[in-house]
Amino acid sequence: MDLTLKVWRQKDRNSAGQMVTYPIKGISPDMSFLEMLDVLNEDLLLRGEEPIAFDHDCREGICGMCSLFINGRAHGPERGTTTCQLHMRHFADGDTITIEPWRAAAFPVHKDLIVDRSAFDRIQQAGGYISVNTGGVPDANEIPIAKSVADKAFDAATCIQCGACVAACKNGSAILFVSAKVSQLALLPQGQTERYTRVENMVAQMDIEGFGSCTNIGSCAAECPVGISLENIAMLRREFIAAKAASENLP
Amino acid sequence: MNWFTKTFSSTVGRKIVMSVTGLFLCSFLVVHLLGNLQLFRNDGGEAFNLYSDFMAHNGLIRTMEWVLLAGFAFHIYDALVLTRRNQAARPIPYQNNHPEENSSWASRNMGLLGTVILVFLIIHLYNFLIPARFDGLDPVNIDDVEYENLYAEVVYAFKQWWYVLIYVLGMIALAYHLIHGFQSAFQTLGLNHKKYTPFIQMFGYAFSVIVCLAFAAIPLYFFFFV
Amino acid sequence: MVLDSKVPEGPLAEKWDKHKFDIKLVNPANKRKYEIIVVGTGLAGASAAATLAELGYNVKSFCFQDSPRRAHSIAAQGGINAAKNYQNDGDSVYRLFYDTIKGGDYRSREANTYRLAQVSVNIIDQCVAQGVPFAREYGGLLANRSFGGAQVSRTFYARGQTGQQLLLGAYSALNRQIAYGKIKMFPRTEMLDLVIVDGQARGIVVRNLITGAVESHSAHAVILATGGYGNVFFLSTNAMGSNATAAWRAYKKGAFFANPCYTQIHPTCIPVSGEYQSKLTLMSESLRNDGRVWVPKTVETAQRLRKGEIKVSDIAEADRDYYLERKYPAFGNLVPRDVASRNAKQVCDEGRGVGATGLAVFLDFADAIKRDGLNAISQKYGNLFEMYEKITDENPYERPMRIYPAVHYTMGGLWVDYNLMTNVPGLYAAGECNFSDHGANRLGASALMQGLADGYFVIPYTIGDYLARMPATKVSTDHPAFKEAEQAVAAKNSQLLSINGTRTVDDFHKELGHIMWNYCGMARNAEGLTLARKEIRRLRDEFWRDVRVTGVNEELNQTLEKANRVADFLELGELMVEDALHREESCGGHFREEHQTPENEALRDDEHFAYVAAWEFTGVNNEPVLHKEELKFENMKLTQRSYK
Repeated sequence: MDLTLKVWRQKDRNSAGQMVTYPIKGISPDMSFLEMLDVLNEDLLLRGEEPIAFDHDCREGICGMCSLFINGRAHGPERGTTTCQLHMRHFADGDTITIEPWRAAAFPVHKDLIVDRSAFDRIQQAGGYISVNTGGVPDANEIPIAKSVADKAFDAATCIQCGACVAACKNGSAILFVSAKVSQLALLPQGQTERYTRVENMVAQMDIEGFGSCTNIGSCAAECPVGISLENIAMLRREFIAAKAASENLP
Repeated sequence: MNWFTKTFSSTVGRKIVMSVTGLFLCSFLVVHLLGNLQLFRNDGGEAFNLYSDFMAHNGLIRTMEWVLLAGFAFHIYDALVLTRRNQAARPIPYQNNHPEENSSWASRNMGLLGTVILVFLIIHLYNFLIPARFDGLDPVNIDDVEYENLYAEVVYAFKQWWYVLIYVLGMIALAYHLIHGFQSAFQTLGLNHKKYTPFIQMFGYAFSVIVCLAFAAIPLYFFFFV
Repeated sequence: MVLDSKVPEGPLAEKWDKHKFDIKLVNPANKRKYEIIVVGTGLAGASAAATLAELGYNVKSFCFQDSPRRAHSIAAQGGINAAKNYQNDGDSVYRLFYDTIKGGDYRSREANTYRLAQVSVNIIDQCVAQGVPFAREYGGLLANRSFGGAQVSRTFYARGQTGQQLLLGAYSALNRQIAYGKIKMFPRTEMLDLVIVDGQARGIVVRNLITGAVESHSAHAVILATGGYGNVFFLSTNAMGSNATAAWRAYKKGAFFANPCYTQIHPTCIPVSGEYQSKLTLMSESLRNDGRVWVPKTVETAQRLRKGEIKVSDIAEADRDYYLERKYPAFGNLVPRDVASRNAKQVCDEGRGVGATGLAVFLDFADAIKRDGLNAISQKYGNLFEMYEKITDENPYERPMRIYPAVHYTMGGLWVDYNLMTNVPGLYAAGECNFSDHGANRLGASALMQGLADGYFVIPYTIGDYLARMPATKVSTDHPAFKEAEQAVAAKNSQLLSINGTRTVDDFHKELGHIMWNYCGMARNAEGLTLARKEIRRLRDEFWRDVRVTGVNEELNQTLEKANRVADFLELGELMVEDALHREESCGGHFREEHQTPENEALRDDEHFAYVAAWEFTGVNNEPVLHKEELKFENMKLTQRSYK
């Protein structure tokens, strides 16, 4: 396959960037999208040009490191697929492919296609945990959890923190990501003791980071590579309303 | 900030305000429509003029007008605040973007639809409410009592094609606004349930289409049949 | 130098409790005066950092990824073992210990392995308390599955992503301590050197991967939890960034590297499809429960199949060789990982491999589908089949899967004593980074167990014994030792950037991978290993003459990052070969063709090789010095494994 790539190049956080066009030849349809970029980078290196910087690590769809806004879609055109699991057979010979970084004020660009997602970590630090120290915990089977509840919590827990929800959302909202953690812990009996404080603090941090506000468009869930459901967002709001009404936390 | 203002100035809190006011405005639509159905009575506007007189002088209704105004104000204010915030959340747009692959047009254009509705609303108030309240209308006698003839005003307005067009367009915008907004309000309030959500979505769709069709039928009726 | 494992005296089952009582403690008020560096945020690193911070120590935590939650522990699929005996099927701490020692082909330390089995039960409790959503039965209690190398169901799991869920648990504990200010987190920061002051590990030198700044961090102790070195093979199931640099630079500063030749090759991976391939994807071992492994009986048939002259369905039943079932009637397709891998290699070497490259064997579900129905098979393996189809574009319900072994895990690593301290005082190694409790072969679902055991339940105690013996005074990062290390790191970076040769880093890495895979992979022999040693040295020379690294140090420079890692792999590869060459026996993942039974099985030499080989660095291009830690088996009887 011969392709034309239009790739966002940006030297560093403080520089302006632009789209640069690269023709690329001889791509095998069995390559993954990132392997196609590897090929381009090897070419660039041999030509003495700077290779394109992009985030990636496990290349099996679980670490959440890869990103890329491909042809106008977060993680490209295939649903339920991270960029690293996207294969070139989903493109046609002669195609032009645009590749851009996640766009959000809360995700500033470090370089080329690499963005800073540390805002997500800070939101997790605001309350995405159950406060138990190592040791001194009850036996694992002491508290039975209905399978249906455990399964639901699991569904929420599968979030890989890649940021596709923010990238796809017209408003740059991070609520699907935040709600996944809030739901997981709110559903489990272990998470009950801190449920109010957790949702209050995580939502507050989400706002501080400069993410937009959810308007229930649904693009986040549609583009989520692991299928986090919008039900979690509703759950976050229930938790938020309950917390604001019942908690004794004053700002 | 105290806990209250903090709650309602957070992104989630503001959306709650928008959903509550939005649903309240939906209830107003129902009341307004039911009243306006008087226009279809073939009585030369008698029932409608009685109804409008009642609306203009009933204390409860007059009070509710202020609540309604507040509803609009909060709905619009929070929409503005959130829209500005959302624009700031993505300062650099995508060069190539295909949101149509993952969301509906109406859901992404609530601000645009809302603005169209607001413009329509201003025209609508200018047409009917302002003259009725402040300028005084021609009198009409019903059972020897003198009322203001708002009906005549309606007939006059809807004989002009551009008014009809504005009203129909306004109602199309409202329909799309509601198709997303109605069910979205429930999601915002956390009401998402495997059993009830499909019903809410279906009901919301039907509500939006029926209410707006009925409203749009009024100018069309007068233009073509009266 | 005699390696002292510091294994406590006394009966096996009492050693750990006794040890915990005997070691010194740091009192709570003093803990806050000590600073500990933890490098790596996988299961071992994140759990250690969180637990140490909970205890009151000040922790600095480092990872090269953009978030600690992305460490490669996240990719573990199958599960985590624990001797809970929830299934009432006869499991016990002793049985888990026994299975692990035997699975490791009797090349691990008894006391460490027993302790691992002991604390395994606490891990599950801890994870559940953190909100890890393990699979459950309808009654609400935890579910278990069975796994290779064991006759009991003791594996706890979270669908196919146990690693992610466990890591998110540890990550949440880490986050909590970051929020409390007890942990300072440094993401996108790579350790490039260890700093030793007066014989003690007192800090590290790192490179900020965003700005390129080379910085020093001082502490009272350093814990390396930086994972394994499987990427020396270029193609492996490891993440692209997984590297040996931290451990390797510690080795070059005096820490011993133990059993580097012990690598685990996983039999069920998706085969390589072309030269561009960057990574290999594992398919869960559980597939071998129902799939039948085969290749064509004759080379001719295989050739015609590869050329596309015939289709799979054209090959008659009589022309298929179900070689595992034929050779191992008792275990059939369920032989352990090392045996399955070696046999796949053997049939492909004979020219009977399938797929375009001839480096694959079939894993066929046709019989299982006929027997149990499509639905039953899809319920069991649906997600795996889907993943296979996503990558290969072939439907495994209709055509047999093609699989081939791939490098998966490294049992070797930094030598540590019972306290998980290396021979460098104050330098600890946890998780896959140390030479571990798995001997020469790791059993499935044991890596997660070991990572969390080390981090949650071992190092937090044993490190106190070391710290209690040293004053809380700090070493300034202005100390000459730090400055020297910083300069060395900077010099190395400048050197890499100045070569401006003609070959890319990946190009060198791929060539190294080929050498390692061909001569130090599933089967090894003296001739090949000797050749490999020569080849690696040649390649290393060429690397330092002809590599091309673009850009500058003072920026985000992924090529420079890679170059640093590959430079270390080029040295580590040689040590692996050295170790493989010296170990004149076959055991677990290390198979020397010269040492096999008449039935082509691994033949151990317990008389001469029942020891840990710990290598001491003496300079690049110099022979490393071998130190031996004899392995004493007081509780286990050494036997030959047989799966006939």
